[in-house]
Amino acid sequence: MKTEYIYHRFERFWHWMQAALIIFLGVTGFEIHGSFTFFGYEQAVEYHDIAAWGFIILIAFAIFWHVTKGEWRQYLPTWRNLKAQADYYVFGMFRNAPHPTKKTVISKLNPLQKLVYAGLKVLIIPTMVFTGLVYMFYRYPQRNEVLSLNISGLQTVAMLHTIGAFLLVSFFVAHLYLITTGHTVTSNLRAMITGYEDLPDESITVVNEPVPAISGEAVPETKEVAQ
Amino acid sequence: MKRISLTLLVLGTFVALILTALHKNSSDTPPLTKLKEQYAMRTKPSVDHSLFPELKKKFKRPQDVTAACISCYNGRAEEVMHSSHWQWERTEYVAGKGIRSVGKRNILNNFCIGIQSNEQSCTRCHAGYGYADNRAYFADSLDVDCLACHDNSGTYAKMNEGAGMPDTSVDLSYVAQHVGLPTRTDCGTCHFFGGGGNNVKHGDLEEALFDPTRDVDVHMATDGINMQCVDCHTAKNHQMLGKMYSVSSMNRNRVRCESCHGSMPHKDNVLNDHTFKIACQTCHIPEYAKVNPTKLFWDWSKAGRLKDGKPFELKDSSGTDIYMSIKGSFKWGKDLKPSYVWFNGTATHYLLGDKFDPSKPLDINHLMGSYDDPDSKIYPVKVHIAEQIYDTKNDYLIQPKLYSARKGDGGFWGDFNWQTSAEAGMKAAGLPYSGHYGFTETRMYWPVNHMVAPKEKAVGCNECHTRNDGRLAEVGGFYMPGRDFNPWVERFGFGLMALTLAGVFMHGGARVVAGRKRKRNV
Repeated sequence: MKTEYIYHRFERFWHWMQAALIIFLGVTGFEIHGSFTFFGYEQAVEYHDIAAWGFIILIAFAIFWHVTKGEWRQYLPTWRNLKAQADYYVFGMFRNAPHPTKKTVISKLNPLQKLVYAGLKVLIIPTMVFTGLVYMFYRYPQRNEVLSLNISGLQTVAMLHTIGAFLLVSFFVAHLYLITTGHTVTSNLRAMITGYEDLPDESITVVNEPVPAISGEAVPETKEVAQ
Repeated sequence: MKRISLTLLVLGTFVALILTALHKNSSDTPPLTKLKEQYAMRTKPSVDHSLFPELKKKFKRPQDVTAACISCYNGRAEEVMHSSHWQWERTEYVAGKGIRSVGKRNILNNFCIGIQSNEQSCTRCHAGYGYADNRAYFADSLDVDCLACHDNSGTYAKMNEGAGMPDTSVDLSYVAQHVGLPTRTDCGTCHFFGGGGNNVKHGDLEEALFDPTRDVDVHMATDGINMQCVDCHTAKNHQMLGKMYSVSSMNRNRVRCESCHGSMPHKDNVLNDHTFKIACQTCHIPEYAKVNPTKLFWDWSKAGRLKDGKPFELKDSSGTDIYMSIKGSFKWGKDLKPSYVWFNGTATHYLLGDKFDPSKPLDINHLMGSYDDPDSKIYPVKVHIAEQIYDTKNDYLIQPKLYSARKGDGGFWGDFNWQTSAEAGMKAAGLPYSGHYGFTETRMYWPVNHMVAPKEKAVGCNECHTRNDGRLAEVGGFYMPGRDFNPWVERFGFGLMALTLAGVFMHGGARVVAGRKRKRNV
């Protein structure tokens, strides 16, 4: 058993901030949707707006980080080992088979994660941000006025925003469960909190494809731990 | 070190930006304090009318008072004669009907129906003397009733069924010496009692507004800014600002909240966004008929029952009329939530002689507007429903003669006979009557504009943005967050959530089972 440094400090901050914001946006958002009453409608709208701005700011920082550090390449979807990873969840896991892909700071996402997270980042989050901004800044058509954003109704915007929200809820449920599918039940969670993850030594069958040309930041040394 | 400072910088910026988003812009405070300063100023009259010898004499006829007024204010009577308070009609474009001259003089309602053949009684509220049935007097400026509006003594009153003449008890000389700008008492004497009693017609205009608290009306409150009607309903050359959609059709000459408060008066921009589609009144008049009930339903078909050959009245436990032989049966309501409609400031009207389909309720006035119309906003209205008389052969409404000067003249209130009442009324209106009458359901829509509540009592967000029975549940044509949802999106969403949960539990369960098996096998 050895301990690998997987998640950078900013990455972890980003992850937990994003988690908190998405949960909060979900609660306030579904209240605005009329699914339940918790904060009260007026408060829910106010909080949802504030959290939305927080989320947008966080996204701006995250994009900056991903671009400057080349980390965006982590999310490039790949066919390689996709089947192996899927097979692992369907069969291997129940036979105590090892994870088919090796997690390193260079390549921390398995092929299924790459696919799902890329979808999240390219499709769902942008849709939510865009429809959310339209929601905030639309103006109904007014005569003889310069308009920031003219739409005839909220129907389509609201539908897209709601679909996105439902997809995020489902992602959230699956994500919570998949935390437990690391080397041990808690090793994924620990990694996201501390940055370090316990990984088995030599039992890796397939090494995940290394991500090319990551800008060279000093990676903390891998600590060997007595088994 | 470098990393810690970077993290601090990121966190610091983040917190600063959130605080900026939270901070409300306080620089554009609505000019409420300025408005209060403005309306707290009460100008003293420049003259004391009680010192004029012209007004100290004994007046035989009210027209002599008018002559005395004109001796100083020449030309003013002619202004009044050009106003709707005198004309009781004006030229309007009525949607679907064209350019018509409409007003009290010829239009029908579903309260006391119409004035034709009933002038002697109805014109008690005319701003003139002697509007009985002939219209010749309309030319004489001495018939202008200055006192009805300018009495500041609170003692002026018009005679019941006197065609606009003052009551014999009125001391004309005393009233003439105490004149000034119209007060709520002057306006309210007519406008609070339309339809034959307090608050019958409007629901938001009633005698409680002579001396209201802030909770009843934040503008007219005597414990508040105590505004008079004419503070908003300003006049130039005796042409008053404001009108009612029971008798007028065009989007003009309106009193607007925005003229004082601006179109975006809230500190909160989410609320300001609402002003594009929601009228001020919709949120700021959560209830009307706050003190006394207003009439909601009037069944004329029940009128005419007699006890021992004599008309009678029934009252409910609160002393409100629920049956009168002369008028039929009523339903009243108090502390009412308004109904809401899209309204663009224009209305169409049922005009005397228009054919209609008696199998459906008839809108006597219809407020125009829809979500897609950029001029429309959601407005609060009072809906008044009636069963009223119509000609079953000609399929048009009947103008009945109600007022009865003497038995046998056809007036329903004397003879209690719809047949002769319809004949006499339609003769005066100049329309044929087939001799066959029935009763049909009609509706009127009265925009609610008064009884504005203090801002703390304005309608809350969740009263409309709710799935269950919100105030705007019936108002269609648009998507409202909190009220509306797409059923397919909900099905998809909850289905997906259920599938995900099921998948998670099945997979997790299988893992537990597989783990146990492995342990046993080891």
